[in-house]
Amino acid sequence: MATIIHRELSAGAWRYYGPLLVLGAIIAAGFAAFVHMETSGHFVTGMDNQVVWGVPHVIAVFLIVAASGALNVASVASVFGRVAYKPLAPLSALVALALLAGGLAILAADLGRPDRLIVALTHFNFKSIFALNMFLYSGFFAIVGVYLWFMMERRMNRYSSAAGLAAFVWRLVLTTGTGSIFGFLVAREAYDSALLGPAFVVYSFAYGTSAFVIALECACRWDGRSLDPALAARLGKLLAVLVAAALYMTAAFHLTKLYMTRFHGIEAFLLADGGVYTALFWLGQVGIGGIVPLALLYAPGTGGTRRGVPAAAVLVTLGGLAQMYVTIIGAQAWPQPIFPGWEESSAFFDGEIHPYTPSAPEVLLGVGGVALAAALIAVGLKVLRFIPDPCTDSSSPQPTSPPARPR
Amino acid sequence: MSEIRGCGGTGKAPHGATGRGPDPLHDSNRRGFLGSAVAALAGVALAPGIRLIDLAGARAPEQAASGKVRWGMLIDTSKCATGCNDCVSACSRENGLQDTGRPRTDAQWIRKIDLRDLRSQQQHSAPVMCQHCAEPPCVDVCPTGASFKRADGIVLVDKHTCIGCRYCVMACPYKARSFVHQNLADQKPEVPRGKGTVEGCTLCVHRVDRGGGPACADACSAAGHGAMVFGDLNDPQSAVAQRLRELPNRALRADLRLDPGIRYSGV
Repeated sequence: MATIIHRELSAGAWRYYGPLLVLGAIIAAGFAAFVHMETSGHFVTGMDNQVVWGVPHVIAVFLIVAASGALNVASVASVFGRVAYKPLAPLSALVALALLAGGLAILAADLGRPDRLIVALTHFNFKSIFALNMFLYSGFFAIVGVYLWFMMERRMNRYSSAAGLAAFVWRLVLTTGTGSIFGFLVAREAYDSALLGPAFVVYSFAYGTSAFVIALECACRWDGRSLDPALAARLGKLLAVLVAAALYMTAAFHLTKLYMTRFHGIEAFLLADGGVYTALFWLGQVGIGGIVPLALLYAPGTGGTRRGVPAAAVLVTLGGLAQMYVTIIGAQAWPQPIFPGWEESSAFFDGEIHPYTPSAPEVLLGVGGVALAAALIAVGLKVLRFIPDPCTDSSSPQPTSPPARPR
Repeated sequence: MSEIRGCGGTGKAPHGATGRGPDPLHDSNRRGFLGSAVAALAGVALAPGIRLIDLAGARAPEQAASGKVRWGMLIDTSKCATGCNDCVSACSRENGLQDTGRPRTDAQWIRKIDLRDLRSQQQHSAPVMCQHCAEPPCVDVCPTGASFKRADGIVLVDKHTCIGCRYCVMACPYKARSFVHQNLADQKPEVPRGKGTVEGCTLCVHRVDRGGGPACADACSAAGHGAMVFGDLNDPQSAVAQRLRELPNRALRADLRLDPGIRYSGV
């Protein structure tokens, strides 16, 4: 095995601060959108009293779920003993922390009363999965932070496996909790399923690994290097399995819903005649986020290559955003049956499909959160030693060997 | 409230009478007489108030809501006319809900739902508001505990601890919660509201605590419809309990087993 050291991002001043300035500008735009939404009120967004969670939640939940999954690489190294991933484990933890911070920042900024964040941190209703998630999120920061410290501090290396195991268990609980935010909502026909918790766990594996691959690819390019083909192939294999698992969970979720007659309406809406939601499901979640990346990862020519794997990761990320849009907004667009069996109509839009068009401020807020996560990773890369050098598959005897195709 | 305040004021009068200056003779008999007189006066003054509170089911401001009471309502859709919006208008007036011209973001504490049975073409109209569930999902999901249920069954939002996360809006099966999307002006002092927080029907708790009923039910009665009967579900003698015994009725989304305080008859 080659000796691998970690070092900081070596990009020169302009090459480093240029992109960081761009990220800063996006964060500033997101902050301006936040101020606008909070001073004017949420009527300036596309959200209303029918669709109360919009694009900020889509992006925030995606980032939170991806944060959990971004730790995959570290878990595979520490918990499952795959040494090939070990050099990448610290970066994996950094990406996880940054994504969670970005997601939570969006959620906090979208609150009706963000000035009362301290209330949310001091008043707890322990029956609420939302309140429990606050502990899971803060615990994630603490545990992954300690895990990262143990990995990066040579004297503490011997404890890193134990910390990795704790982080692994914690993130499974965390993502189950995030999925359960929706799964426990029995009032919404699109939810009301115990499968949403586990489904989110599996989705997190795919989205998080994709986010990590994108971060790694960006870091390598920024550093003026390219991803080692053998490492790309290894990550591609992992990603392919996880994307296939996510597709399986999607199929299982909708098939179980279709088994119950009372859910036929919502399933027909999402899967067949829901307009943008149906398109996002089939083209976005299943096509762009599932089948196309799988094809890319397995196809001759692109499978396991250093171009094919990051491309697949980008597609999985886009598919993940589509999944969140369908899961969060599609569910609210479908009317709630208050008098089942009766046709309903009212001045409060009962019995109607609720329209939703995202507004610029809420999109900016969401994109600002993504930029915040990216900026945190960028700062981390510059100030601490996260980038493995050489950026190769450490278990490979010949780092320049031709890429293996995922099987 | 006025009766209760009257009681307090009258109760203080005897203290004033005893403080008008010491009797120079200081006769113990006279003192005893004064004491008895004060007690009698106080009793006479307080008794009607106490009786009124008892009769009206009202309580003194310093008293906590009682679990012996379960406030609720029966809505008889056979008496509720399609197109009649008296209850909705009364709610808006009472609680200071304003039309901003943006119906999708305006708060709606009560609305009329028009219903049509697709097979029989039978039509009904029914007011729907917070159902004041015994097992309210909004209370379960609220992260800060801002959504809460009083001992007497009224489900409210603590405007000081609501952070505006809207999870309760997502969780309510009756679409009874609204998020305040804009700045507010000309609020009613008794009905505090706030931009960025969630709100819903309070069952006009400020009126109920004074021994009155919700504005919607009062407006419905005043218009002669009598489709909304409010009262204590736990009191077998209350009008609502009697009507519930007489009429077949049901809870909305009974499948969720939330035990709402609002029941519907005729649909």
